[in-house]
Amino acid sequence: MTTSPLPPALAEIVDDFQALTEPDRLQLLLEFSRGLPELPSRLTNHPELLEQVVECQSPLFLTIEKEQTDDADIFRLFFKAPPEAPTTRGFAAVLHEGLDGLSGDDILAVPDDMPELLGLTRAITPLRMRGMTAMLGRIKRKIAADMAHTRAAADS
Amino acid sequence: MPYAVEENEKFSAYAHPERLVSTEWLAAAIEAGDVAGGDLVVVESDEDVLLYEMGHIPGAVKIDWHTDLNDEVTRDYIDGPAFAELAAAKGISRDSTVVIYGDKSNWWASYALWVFTLFGHEDVRLLDGGRDKWIAEGRELSHETSTPAPATYPVVERNDAPIRAFKDDVLAHLGNPLIDVRSPEEYTGQRTHMPAYPEEGALRGGHIPTAASIPWGRAAAENGTYRSRAELEALYLDEAGLKAGDDVVAYCRIGERSSHTWFALKYLLGFESVRNYDGSWTEWGNAVRVPIAKGTERGSLPA
Repeated sequence: MTTSPLPPALAEIVDDFQALTEPDRLQLLLEFSRGLPELPSRLTNHPELLEQVVECQSPLFLTIEKEQTDDADIFRLFFKAPPEAPTTRGFAAVLHEGLDGLSGDDILAVPDDMPELLGLTRAITPLRMRGMTAMLGRIKRKIAADMAHTRAAADS
Repeated sequence: MPYAVEENEKFSAYAHPERLVSTEWLAAAIEAGDVAGGDLVVVESDEDVLLYEMGHIPGAVKIDWHTDLNDEVTRDYIDGPAFAELAAAKGISRDSTVVIYGDKSNWWASYALWVFTLFGHEDVRLLDGGRDKWIAEGRELSHETSTPAPATYPVVERNDAPIRAFKDDVLAHLGNPLIDVRSPEEYTGQRTHMPAYPEEGALRGGHIPTAASIPWGRAAAENGTYRSRAELEALYLDEAGLKAGDDVVAYCRIGERSSHTWFALKYLLGFESVRNYDGSWTEWGNAVRVPIAKGTERGSLPA
């Protein structure tokens, strides 16, 4: 099970879900789905910059962008999913609110089984939960690849 | 009392027009107060578990294929007592007329209808075109979760045999017509799951030898309604080679897409004996020593 602490924003979301009964957790996920930010126009005009996460039941596209700040590099997350896929949108919005703008190390430290902590597995079913786990996995893989690339460039 | 059957030119060409209703017909029934009054029970069944909450046909109740209709432990459907409890909670009596609709051309709705039929629920119909057509036509949506007055529903023993095939049934059926409704990539064995869908783990790719490939979506028009009788005959009689009186088994990956085809064969074309093999490829593609054919050819049975 999970051992490393979650980033504060994500921990707060997990607490919010855990405090609710199962039907209310679904309602909360629905609220998240409504709050998923629209893509900025530089991405809507360039769909090829987004990658599809095929493990999700409904089409879900995502990408990351690195931003340099005074302290460290942070990562911005971008998701796209159709309105008729509220469960997928809800998962994407949870990850966005919980992880957007964090450092690569913070995001990579999030346990792979974090989606299980939302307490939705029974209501959503394991099959549907797999999509969320896959989304988190894809984000982490992309960030790890970017950081490895940065390190390689610094070493050469 | 069974609710009046819709009559229109398209439906009357089908073998069992009483199994379909149009969006116009349902809108009129709602207008007349028949859903609110409980004469008609409207059920939404979608792939996405939250879609109903995004807005649904006024008065409709939600039944989720996964959490409501599947047994939580065994790979099977719920039993008689569980179905009775579910139906009663949704305001459905044994003699209720039930209209089911859903997303994706009624893919999951027809699966729910098939499960209702396992329990011998007599009057269960599909809304032709489903959720998408209702919304495309700008019809009313409700965001209020319906709370029907609980009904009483008897505990009915499920009767699987007439419309459900198990793996052994399919082995015994070999030599008779099979319809594989998955995508061409799944049929040929290039992949074991739907394009852009989760990998559900089949160890072998391909199809059951001699099965004809008719992807399920070809039975639906762009607006999600079933194609006309003539179009369906071109598909299943001319192309797949089915003949009147054939005993047919349809399958897909877990039995949902093939429910859509099962409905077309059974109620629209009138084949008496059509079974849905719900074990489908997630069972067949993992079973030891069952025959498999790869590629675009139907293949032949082992001697």
